[in-house]
Amino acid sequence: MAPGTWSTFLRRGAIWAFIALELAFFSIAGEFLSVSDKAFMNWDNMLLLLKQSAPLGIIAMGMTLIMVNGNIDLSVGAIFALAAVILLDSMTWPFMAAMGDWSFLLAWVFALLAGVALGALNGFLVWKTGVDAFIITLGAMLGFRGLVFMYNGENPTSHLNWTLVDFAEAQFLGLHTATWFLLVVTAGMWWLMNRTVHGRNAYAIGDNREAAVNAGIRVGPHMMINFMIIGFLAALSAVVFYSESGSVNPNDGMLYELWIITAVVLGGTKLTGGSGSIISTLGGVLAIQILRRGLNHIGADTSTVNLVIGLILIAVLFLDRQLNVKGKEALRI
Amino acid sequence: MTRPALRLENIVKTFPGVRALDGVSFEVLPGEVHALMGENGAGKSTLMKVLGGIHQPNEGRILVGEEPAVMANPLEAKAKGIVFIHQELSLAEELSVAENIYLGELPRKSFGRVDWATLYARTDEILKKLKVGFDARTMVGTLSIANQQMVEIARALTVDAKAVIFDEPTASLTDSEKVVLFEVIDDLKKDGVGIIYISHRMEEIFKITDRISVLRDGEYRGTLVTKETTEDDVTQLMIGRSLDLSRNHEHAEVGDVALEVRGLSCGDLYRDISFEIRRGEVVGFYGLVGAGRTEIAETLFGLRAPSAGQILLDGEEVHLGSPVDAIARGISLVPEDRKGQGLVLGMNCRDNMTLPQVGDLTAGPFVSDGAEIAIFDQYRDKLDIRTPGWRQTVGNLSGGNQQKIVIGKWLSMHPTLLIVDEPTRGIDVGSKSEIHKLIRQLASQGYAVMVISSEMPEVLHVSDRIVAMYHGELIRTFTSDEVTEDSLIQAISGIRTDGGDKAA
Amino acid sequence: MSEAAQERSARNAGGSSGAKVGTFLAKQGILIAFVLFMVSFALASERFLDPDNILGVIRSSAILGVMALGVTFVVISGNLDLSVGSLMSFSTIVVLDLHDTLGPALAILAMFGMTLAIGAVIGFLVGYLRLNSLIVTLGMLSAIHGLTLTWSGGQNMDIADKAGTWFAVFGQGRALGIPMPILMFALLAAVLGIVLAKTPFGRKVYAVGGNGTAATFSGIRRARTVFTCYLISAFCVATAGLIQASRSMGSQNTVGQGMELEVLAAVILGGASLMGGSGTIFKTVIGVLILGFIQNGLLLIGLQFYVQFVVTWIIIILAVWLDIAAKRGRLLSPIA
Repeated sequence: MAPGTWSTFLRRGAIWAFIALELAFFSIAGEFLSVSDKAFMNWDNMLLLLKQSAPLGIIAMGMTLIMVNGNIDLSVGAIFALAAVILLDSMTWPFMAAMGDWSFLLAWVFALLAGVALGALNGFLVWKTGVDAFIITLGAMLGFRGLVFMYNGENPTSHLNWTLVDFAEAQFLGLHTATWFLLVVTAGMWWLMNRTVHGRNAYAIGDNREAAVNAGIRVGPHMMINFMIIGFLAALSAVVFYSESGSVNPNDGMLYELWIITAVVLGGTKLTGGSGSIISTLGGVLAIQILRRGLNHIGADTSTVNLVIGLILIAVLFLDRQLNVKGKEALRI
Repeated sequence: MTRPALRLENIVKTFPGVRALDGVSFEVLPGEVHALMGENGAGKSTLMKVLGGIHQPNEGRILVGEEPAVMANPLEAKAKGIVFIHQELSLAEELSVAENIYLGELPRKSFGRVDWATLYARTDEILKKLKVGFDARTMVGTLSIANQQMVEIARALTVDAKAVIFDEPTASLTDSEKVVLFEVIDDLKKDGVGIIYISHRMEEIFKITDRISVLRDGEYRGTLVTKETTEDDVTQLMIGRSLDLSRNHEHAEVGDVALEVRGLSCGDLYRDISFEIRRGEVVGFYGLVGAGRTEIAETLFGLRAPSAGQILLDGEEVHLGSPVDAIARGISLVPEDRKGQGLVLGMNCRDNMTLPQVGDLTAGPFVSDGAEIAIFDQYRDKLDIRTPGWRQTVGNLSGGNQQKIVIGKWLSMHPTLLIVDEPTRGIDVGSKSEIHKLIRQLASQGYAVMVISSEMPEVLHVSDRIVAMYHGELIRTFTSDEVTEDSLIQAISGIRTDGGDKAA
Repeated sequence: MSEAAQERSARNAGGSSGAKVGTFLAKQGILIAFVLFMVSFALASERFLDPDNILGVIRSSAILGVMALGVTFVVISGNLDLSVGSLMSFSTIVVLDLHDTLGPALAILAMFGMTLAIGAVIGFLVGYLRLNSLIVTLGMLSAIHGLTLTWSGGQNMDIADKAGTWFAVFGQGRALGIPMPILMFALLAAVLGIVLAKTPFGRKVYAVGGNGTAATFSGIRRARTVFTCYLISAFCVATAGLIQASRSMGSQNTVGQGMELEVLAAVILGGASLMGGSGTIFKTVIGVLILGFIQNGLLLIGLQFYVQFVVTWIIIILAVWLDIAAKRGRLLSPIA
């Protein structure tokens, strides 16, 4: 076997092994500790779990692309909130209200366009200023959040459109609407990253940027497109989530970026770029969601969830490092 | 005479405050291997960047065939038939061989999809020509360095190349891999491609090239026909005067043994190494890249843990767990990679020089400005470091002055053993001979000096004794009186003469 | 390689007068921006330069500022600390909770001990185990939040007998007529500023952040240096938590939430590079004050507090952009 294959295999497979371990643990522990009578691996429970994974999962797919590129996006939580505000508020505009229930389709378009536009702004700044994406999106995280507040002050924005709620609560082939969105986005992003020229270029840029530049790949526009994609997905996530809930607080989506990055890193994407997989990210998202629900199931509260996820993230980082250690003769620097 | 494949006319490239290229003209004929030589800093890489579309020339023009060519970016250069084989491998390791070869121009189907069938078919065809042992789907990260180099070369074959530029292609190749490379170059030649071959290795230049063009200080110095010239002529043209690299014949007064190494091993890196260095003695370590010399130095400096053997300083066994230990024992290392390991480029000259002892240069709890400046002034004068003042950021100094800062840093620690790894890499001629002189001077002052170098003239010039290494083994130790160039070359190729290794 | 460096150096050395102006602007840009802000706000609102207003602004910036001092060390050493907000919540909750059982003095001591212990864990993971600081502190952000919630049982924490304790002195007291938070901020800034600029340790922090490999090759204990930076950061966080707890005498579990990024914004605004090796305490203080005065100025001219988010966004990007623009000698990046 070629060097590194084993650790690559471990890295790819580890997240699924971890999920299996989680499921087994919560199923068994649930027998003794559960606050409800239902088994953890109950069908409805699993369906709900998938549905609840959707908002973070949809954005995490975009974050995988961004991180494979060697960048990071800290502003997705704020984009999520702003798109939600636009989605709900636009339906109350007079000409929209006049269109009746089906105006929500146009509201979706507005929200998604807003996401794309904000992403484009980030991407454009990364491209033209040459400032690190970490700083550009750190600023944008504050700035976009400011825009959310400026839109409607500190009040929640609400609008219930029953056609929309019915759509969001629908189940097709047993799966919820949100789950379908997650699956379609996952499939679409997998296709983008593995089958298209753009996706392969994303890996090349993250792996060896200079080589990509020398090969004539236009790194600037490429990165801008990726920021537009993640902006779109953050807005799509808002569309999926708020179609059902119908009310958004200006603080919604805060710290989303941290959860999403955690999921992507758990899925094995390298922070330095060039390596990462959409399917593993799905695993990372599911692992976090199972942990949350599972800990709830056995009666642990939010505090334990936070503690456990934080420690697991560090443990994963440590294990990954240990698997890649070169041996005792390595340079001690 | 045939029409040139590539022709440069009076190329000028300036950067604010510096004329990097000053009227460079030469031409490459189809089917010719044309060497481009010059010292580091002579303008070779700037010229190549102009050819590759990374820089735009301020004056002059480039002709490909008969067409004047303006290249705004690397892709345009490639489209015009100018292809690069980079010195530093520019591959994406997580992508397949095929994706790397067609990087930036993957064949497309509808919806921006990659046309994998075409991609693999085309790649396999090219790989077949190169007779390599891997296929289009292999991930590049799993290939050896030499095979990665072949992937780079395969890139050149994807287009209808008019001119192919090889930048130090043999730096990391073994002898048998070189043979394959030269065959490839020969094939390109037969196809009527013009080849620019950049290398410092005279031996290769004289073996495979037809003509040699030389740059110095951004100026074109002339073109020589390889068959009608000698190494001396080329050197003369490159450096403008001859560098004194006569054999070392002075012998400083040799004192006690400062360092003794017994049976030192470190995994696969090197095995069973024994030697000693006396005070007042310069011991040169010669061998090819990867022979294990740098790794020995790193072990002596506490940066690697040996797997077996002993290190004795002044007759006393020491265990070096970190550079802190080594420095405390009087060992100093001027590392190979000056910018990566030797200097904090963003810091000023003084702070870099006093870095290892900043904890001791204190007045109360604070760093003493006066003590630091005193040390800096002392070594600036002693080593003739040219800098506007100690506040100058080290990154803004020339390579030679940077190297002197690193040397000054370690001399100010008054070490017993000074290890210098590739002392003159990337340094202009003037500074080179100054540093050579300095090394001899240090020996005469009673320092034990270990010099690692890949340049034979340098090793012969500065050393009292020479240790030849091959693939992690110490083949033989020569005294400067008995060593000959032939025996040294044989030794670093692993051929043992004179009854095997003779521990000094 | 060497040619490129020489080209760069030549560009730096032999710049035109325009380039010199550019360099000056880049070096002092943050101060100039500060002065411009102060002047324009002073013109817009007469209350702005009122001493009480100014003291008020500094006092309300003190908590953020104290945390930014520690993060400056971490950032200069080439690392990040995203856990400071979470850790600040922890220390606030802990000191408030222990106050009623142990009394103020012991509570403060215990809180500092625990906060420093967490800082030591982070320092060990990043410094000695060489794990990526972004991920480690991200994980710690979550883990410490969990710890805080466990400690408080999800409840708000209050000091029972608010009148019968001297604990309020750190947040509400005055010495020499100056509010205590300002005094503590100033004192800590002065001490840490001197440590960073004048001591061997400070020099090592710059070396490790500028080029960690070269620092190791110069006999600097890189792991220990990074470890110490995280201890300093934890100490600053504990001090901030103390001020916060003492000022409010009661707190939610999420009091520091989101502050990690605000703190980082202040440090970056002050000109520290995320790559490590550059930045100063003085500039960080300026960065903190700019954020504070913008907030205050915008409120005084009648805008809502959230407008400051948008303004901060624009300022951060402009500040960092102009900084690198001056270094590369052109405004737009050369990215194709």
